Amino acid sequence: MKKLLRPAVSLFVFLSVVTGLLYPMLVTGVARIAFPDAAAGSLIIRDGKPIGSALIGQDFSDPKYFWGRPSATAPQPYNAGASSGSNQGPLNPALVDAVKARVAALHAAGPGNRRPVPIDLVTASASGLDPHISPAAADYQVERVARTRHLEVKTVRQLLAENTEGRDLGVFGEPRVHVLKLNIALDAHPR
Amino acid sequence: MNDHAWILLGLFMAMLLVLARPMGIYISRVMTMWNHVTWVSGVEKAVFRACGIQRDEEMGWLRYALAVLLFNALGLLAVYALQRLQLWLPLNPQAMANVSPDSAFNTAVSFVTNTNWQSYGGESTMGYLIQMLGLTVQNFVSAATGIAVAIALIRGFARHSAAGIGNAWADIFRATIWILLPLSLLFALFLSSQGVIQNFATYQEVSTLDVTTYRAPKLDADGQALKDEQGNPVTEPASTTTQTLAMGPVASQEAIKMLGTNGGGFFNANSAHPFENPTPLVNFLQMLSIFLIPGGLCIAFGCIVGDERQGWTVFAAMALLFVSFAIGAITFEQQGNPLLATVGDTEATGVRTTALTDGNMEGKEARFGIADSALFATITTAASCGAVNAMHDSFTPLGGAVPLVMMQLGEVVFGGVGSGLYGMLIFAVMAVFIAGLMIGRTPEYLGKKIEAHEMKMTSIAILATPLLVLVGTAVAVMTEAGRAGIANPGAHGFAEILYAFSSAANNNGSAFAGLSANTPFYNVLLALAMWFGRFAVIVPVLAMAGSLAAKKRISVTAGTLPTHGPLFVTLLIGVVLLVGLLNYVPALALGPLVEHLMLWSTR
Repeated sequence: MKKLLRPAVSLFVFLSVVTGLLYPMLVTGVARIAFPDAAAGSLIIRDGKPIGSALIGQDFSDPKYFWGRPSATAPQPYNAGASSGSNQGPLNPALVDAVKARVAALHAAGPGNRRPVPIDLVTASASGLDPHISPAAADYQVERVARTRHLEVKTVRQLLAENTEGRDLGVFGEPRVHVLKLNIALDAHPR
Repeated sequence: MNDHAWILLGLFMAMLLVLARPMGIYISRVMTMWNHVTWVSGVEKAVFRACGIQRDEEMGWLRYALAVLLFNALGLLAVYALQRLQLWLPLNPQAMANVSPDSAFNTAVSFVTNTNWQSYGGESTMGYLIQMLGLTVQNFVSAATGIAVAIALIRGFARHSAAGIGNAWADIFRATIWILLPLSLLFALFLSSQGVIQNFATYQEVSTLDVTTYRAPKLDADGQALKDEQGNPVTEPASTTTQTLAMGPVASQEAIKMLGTNGGGFFNANSAHPFENPTPLVNFLQMLSIFLIPGGLCIAFGCIVGDERQGWTVFAAMALLFVSFAIGAITFEQQGNPLLATVGDTEATGVRTTALTDGNMEGKEARFGIADSALFATITTAASCGAVNAMHDSFTPLGGAVPLVMMQLGEVVFGGVGSGLYGMLIFAVMAVFIAGLMIGRTPEYLGKKIEAHEMKMTSIAILATPLLVLVGTAVAVMTEAGRAGIANPGAHGFAEILYAFSSAANNNGSAFAGLSANTPFYNVLLALAMWFGRFAVIVPVLAMAGSLAAKKRISVTAGTLPTHGPLFVTLLIGVVLLVGLLNYVPALALGPLVEHLMLWSTR
C-alpha cells in the first residue's frame, strides 16, 4: 500500500494540473483569439450597450412583441443565472393549470384568434432560456403584433421570415424563429 | 417516427459505424503498444520517473484494484476539499459560498464514480476553480479509470498463464493523456467556435427589451425567505429590465463531459442550456461524442483479443438494443400529452386548444424539437452519460420509461467509457455460461474456461446494482425524508425516486429532476449507491481479469460455441434483457406503466 501511495499522489497531481488548469486555459486562450465573440457569450450590442445574447431568450409579455416559450426559472422567468425546466410530469394538475393560464393569456391578448395554439407556445422549455419558438408559434402571433404596432401583416411576416432558420444542414433539429432578434427587428422598423 | 426522425437516427448510426473502427484501433494501439513510439516513450519515461512509477511493472489484480481505489479516493478528497473551501480560493468571481458538507460529499462521489449526478445547480453553486480543477479533472480521470479497467479485463482474455493484468498507473495516464485529452481539445475548440462560451468573466448583465414582471419571494431582515402559516413562501410583485447571463469556462468542460460519458452540466439545465448546446448541429455531435469511445472500445476489444469479429459481435448487440429503444422513445414523445389538447375556454365546445400533433414539448427546447431530444435521452442513458438536452421528468410516461430502462439494463448498451464494455463482457460470460448449460459443455469464452470463480464474480457484478436500486428506492419510499423530495403527485412521484436510484447505482447521472435531492438524506444515500454501484462492479471485474489471465488457453474444437455471429448476438441480447429487465418489472409496473394507463384513460 505504501509503495502505491507515491505514484498515486504524484500522478493525481500531474493529471490535475494538465487537465484541470492547462487544458481549460489553453482552450480559453485559443477561443479568445479565434472566436472572441462566441467565447464571450455572443452578446448583442445596441447603442454600445449589451441588450442580450444571441443564444439566450428573454421574457416578453407586451402584446407588441412576439412571445417566446414559457420559462420555469425562478424567481423570474428567463433567469439566465439559474437555468431550469418545470420538471412537471405529464399527469401533474399543475401542468394542466399552467397551460390553461397560458392559453387564456394568449386569447386575451389576441381576441378573435381561436386557432389551435402550437404546443411549444404554452409549454415550458427545458432550460427556461429557450431563444426560439416554432414557425407555427410565431405565425399564431402575427396578427396580434401587426395590430398592436399598426403595421401591415405583410410587413410583420416579412420580418418573421428574415428571422426564421431551417434545420441545421437541412437535417438536424427543427425549423425555428429567433424571438429576440425578431423583436429587435420590429423595434427598429420605421413606422 | 416521422421522416426527420428516421433520417436522424440513420445518420447517427452510420456516423457511429464509420468512426468506431478507427477509434477502436487507435485505443488498442495506445493501450497496448504505444510505448514503442519513440517520442511518446520519451514523454512517458520522464513523467513516470518523476512520479515514481515503474512503467513496465505488471500488477496482479489485487494490486491493480488497490491502485484504482486509492487513486479514486484521492479524487474524492480533492473535490470535497475544493467545494468546502471555495470561498477562500481564487477564480470565484461570483463569490459562491462554500458548499454544504452533504452536498459536497455527494458531488465528490458523483464525479469520481463517473456518475455526475448533480444535486446542486451549477451556475448558482460552483465557482470556476471547482468546475475546472475539481470537476473537469474527475471528468477525465474517472473516464480513464473506466478505460483502464476495461483494458485490464480484455488483457485477462488475451493473455494466458500470466500473473499480471497490466499497470494501473500507465493505463490511467495513457487513457487520459493520449486518448481523452486530444479528443477533448479538438471538440472544445469546435464547441467554442459554435457559441459555447469559454471565459473567466463575471456574470454579464444586459438590459432587456421588455419588462419582466414576476412574483419575488419576500425576504426578512436576515435575507431568509418568509413563510406564511401553511409554510408556503410569501411573495410580492416585482419587475426587472435586466438579465444576468451566467458565464464561465464551459467549452472545455463540455467536451470531456460528453467524450468521457460523464454528463455533469456546467449549468443546471445541462445540455439544454444554449451556452452548453447552442445549435442542433452541436447537439448531433454531442450525441455522437457520447458513443464514440464506448463504440470504439468494442472494436479495441476485438483487436486486442486478436479476433475483430468478437468486437463487432458485442457492438452489434449494443446497436440493436439501442436502435429499438430509440425508436420507442421518439414514438412515445411524438404522441404528445392528451391532457393538453383541450384546455381553457374552448373546453366546453370541444375545439382543440393546442395542436397535439406537435408532440410533447414540455421540458424540451424548440431548436431540438421532439426527435433530437428523445434520441439524445436514449443515447445519454444507454451510455452512462447522463447529460440531458430535455427534462426527462416531463417526458410522457413511456417516453420517460425508455431512459429508465436503459439505465436499469446495467448501462451496457454502449454504456460508460470502459464500464459499458466490461459490463457487457460480464453479460457475455453469463451468456456462454447459460449456453454451456443448455448444450452440456464446460462454458468457455475466447479460449478461457469459465469456472466457479468467474461465475461468482459475474454474479456479484450483475446483482450489485439491482440490489442498490431496489433497496434504495424502498428505503426512500418508506421514510418521511425520502417522500419529502417528491415533486409530482401519484405514480410519477414514485418514478422520480426509482429513477434517482437507477441513475445513481448505474452511474448515469441524469434525473427526473423534479425530485428535491439536495437534502442530507438523498445526498448521503445516493452517494452510497453511486460509490458501490461503481466499485462493487470494478473490483469483481478485476478479480475475474486476474483469474482469466492466469488460465491456460484451450484450443477451439468442433464443439466450441462460437461467440461471434448472429446466434451469439441474439443470445447476448436475450440475456441482457432477461437478467436486466426481470429485476425491475414490478417496480416499472408501479411507476411508468400505471401512469401511462392513467394518462390515456383520463381524457
